[in-house]
Amino acid sequence: MPLHPFPLPQETCAPASEPLRRFLQVARGAGLRISAAEGIDAARAVDLVGYSDRAVLRDTLGAVLAKTLDEKVLYEETFDRYFQRQEFSRSDPEPSSNASATRDVAQGIGSEGGQALADLLETDDPTDLAMAMETAAREAGVQNIRYFTQKNLYVLNILNRMGLRAVQEQIDALESEGTAEATERALRLEAAVERLWDAGRDFVERALLLYARGETEQLRERLLRSARLSNLRQHDLERMRVLVRRIAKRLATRYARVQRRRQRGHLDIRHTLRRNMGWGGIPFLTAWKHKRIEKPRVMVLCDVSGSVAWVSQFLLMFVYSLTEVLADIRSFAYSDSLIEVSETFEQQPFEEAIARVASSMGFGSSNYGSALADFERGWVKDVTNKTTVIILGDARGNGTDPRTDIFERLSKRAKRVIWLNPEFRSSWGTGDSDIYRYAPYCSLVRVCSTLNDLERVIGDLLERP
Amino acid sequence: MMDTGEHIEPHKNIASIEEADAGLESVGYIASRRISTALYIAHHLRKPILVEGPAGVGKTELAKSVASWLMLPLIRMQCYEGLDEAKALYEWKYGKQLLYTQILRDKVGSVIGESDDLRSAIEKLHSFGDVFFSKRFLEPRPLLRALEQPHGAVLLIDEVDKSDQEFEAFLLEILSDYQVTIPEIGSVMAVVPPIVFLTSNSTRDLGDALKRRCLHLHIGFPDEKLEARIIGSRVPGIDTRLLTQLVSFVQQLRVLDLKKLPSVSESIDWARVLVLMHTAVLTEETVRDTLNVLLKFESDIDAAGKRIAELTRKSQQAVA
Repeated sequence: MPLHPFPLPQETCAPASEPLRRFLQVARGAGLRISAAEGIDAARAVDLVGYSDRAVLRDTLGAVLAKTLDEKVLYEETFDRYFQRQEFSRSDPEPSSNASATRDVAQGIGSEGGQALADLLETDDPTDLAMAMETAAREAGVQNIRYFTQKNLYVLNILNRMGLRAVQEQIDALESEGTAEATERALRLEAAVERLWDAGRDFVERALLLYARGETEQLRERLLRSARLSNLRQHDLERMRVLVRRIAKRLATRYARVQRRRQRGHLDIRHTLRRNMGWGGIPFLTAWKHKRIEKPRVMVLCDVSGSVAWVSQFLLMFVYSLTEVLADIRSFAYSDSLIEVSETFEQQPFEEAIARVASSMGFGSSNYGSALADFERGWVKDVTNKTTVIILGDARGNGTDPRTDIFERLSKRAKRVIWLNPEFRSSWGTGDSDIYRYAPYCSLVRVCSTLNDLERVIGDLLERP
Repeated sequence: MMDTGEHIEPHKNIASIEEADAGLESVGYIASRRISTALYIAHHLRKPILVEGPAGVGKTELAKSVASWLMLPLIRMQCYEGLDEAKALYEWKYGKQLLYTQILRDKVGSVIGESDDLRSAIEKLHSFGDVFFSKRFLEPRPLLRALEQPHGAVLLIDEVDKSDQEFEAFLLEILSDYQVTIPEIGSVMAVVPPIVFLTSNSTRDLGDALKRRCLHLHIGFPDEKLEARIIGSRVPGIDTRLLTQLVSFVQQLRVLDLKKLPSVSESIDWARVLVLMHTAVLTEETVRDTLNVLLKFESDIDAAGKRIAELTRKSQQAVA
């Protein structure tokens, strides 16, 4: 058996270069999950290909850092934004005639800095100016920028480091000189300074987008998750949708595994013997008994009246993102009557389905009794002892008959009934709320008004099928 | 570009991205820049490549072409739900063991017969070593075979998303160190680490650990230029005008709302059919007759059927 060890690849000991490290920081902030091992791989890969060809660098880092289609899109966006700055080149810069000038400018040493900056402004070489700005920015610590209110502060800081004050003095001096030539030069310098301000503001804004993005995104996400769904506005909807999808995906991957458990304790004798007939029944290959754990079948009844409508929307969005782990999803909408909306949701894109349901139900006030009666008439025969029924509503029937008898029959038929109430627990039972009359027949009654609550409920549902 | 391979030295025969590009082209596989770059990096970092993309874009073809170019054997393992270690790594040849035991029963009896009591009999047997658990009775399956190849190999693990989680965990172990442990025999380390390709149709999300271990390459539908080169390479002798037309047609077809978009393998087949039929120029009638080569669902053929005239006209204009 050949056991020659092959020489392991030389571990490159060169530390990851500064630009790469900062790019990784930016990428992580933008939402890419890059592990330490991948960071090391990125460094090794970049050592192989170098920074000279941007397209190659893009493909290389993409192969190492972005491992799904979504990540690839995010990565490409981040890469393009980060490497927009032209000065970015790692290869030893040829000592250009202005190299020393840019260094001096970056250090912004008093009047020499001012002189150097003035020279740079006059030659108006964008690359050198960009390089000088980049160095000054790094010293000013622009990667620590967090809020847009800090923008002007940073711009001023950077420009001062470049020697702005000295240039101003020089302009004043030229103007006071009085000669035509000096005045012209002063005007040119002023115009160049204007452009420098614009460039500086642009630069800091880009830095803000890059570095602060991670923090603000996480903050925003946390806020959205814990916000009451009824308080959300239309423009948050898109971001909520993304969040819901992400949560649903996470739940799906976690619970898809659980369902394939096999009961490996018991030997399936018959199966084993059959398998080993070729060897005279000697059990070389064993077969074990399987325990089939079925995916939960779900029926969701959503109240679409008033403020509860928002929560219903998100619940449905959630449930339909989980088609991988839920076997059979049927959804119903009710206010004073009840209709099945499963097909509407399966066939149409989400927004249209919601709109269609809202318009067909009208905006009648809730009548739980009649809604339940409709359900019993039409669909209760499909409720089996494997079905989980989820009802989302505030149980406020406006004084109508709650028909708890129908509810009792329903809960006996189904495997379990879960009631989700978007109201605060302190409001339960007040006024026309019938929740405590339905509660005895439910296996679970929960407050459900935020995305976190939804996640918890669905998680529990999946964990105990 | 000829690979002779050495026993101990790992290969360093992909010197640059351009060389990978040219090498693949020499065996008829037109690779995009991204593919050649990924191959180059994977080779030098010695990492497996996870290739994802829609069906028929050339994921399996890539592995085959790399094997063909580098003149390494291609070892292919198709994954499915329930694939386990026994079928992937190795298995004992039970039948053979049983047979030999039966045949040699007398011999074994005579050897033991010389001893007086049970203990010495067992000692005697032990002294023969684990005869029935030696390499001769081991049936190597694809993964072990890939490790045993003296000059290295290309290992293609097809449709890894069809396997289950346990198998992924098992794969991870092998892909990290390129070695396995067979309890009765010992550790088997790869002489030359194989070039590993994993393909996935994205039917399910792969585990994080596996994804982090590999380089990720996404092969999507090619753009017009690349597709023309691909078809030109696979269907030699095709008329350039016809080629331009049919590429333009397929590209337009991919924009429509279809259940299954035609991929590269389908457009190659279509090109072959058109050449067989001695088509000089694309006409509406020809397209209608041969549309079922491109589209495999009735509903798609119906949906596209309404737009054929328009698309054919546009593709004719593409040449003119």
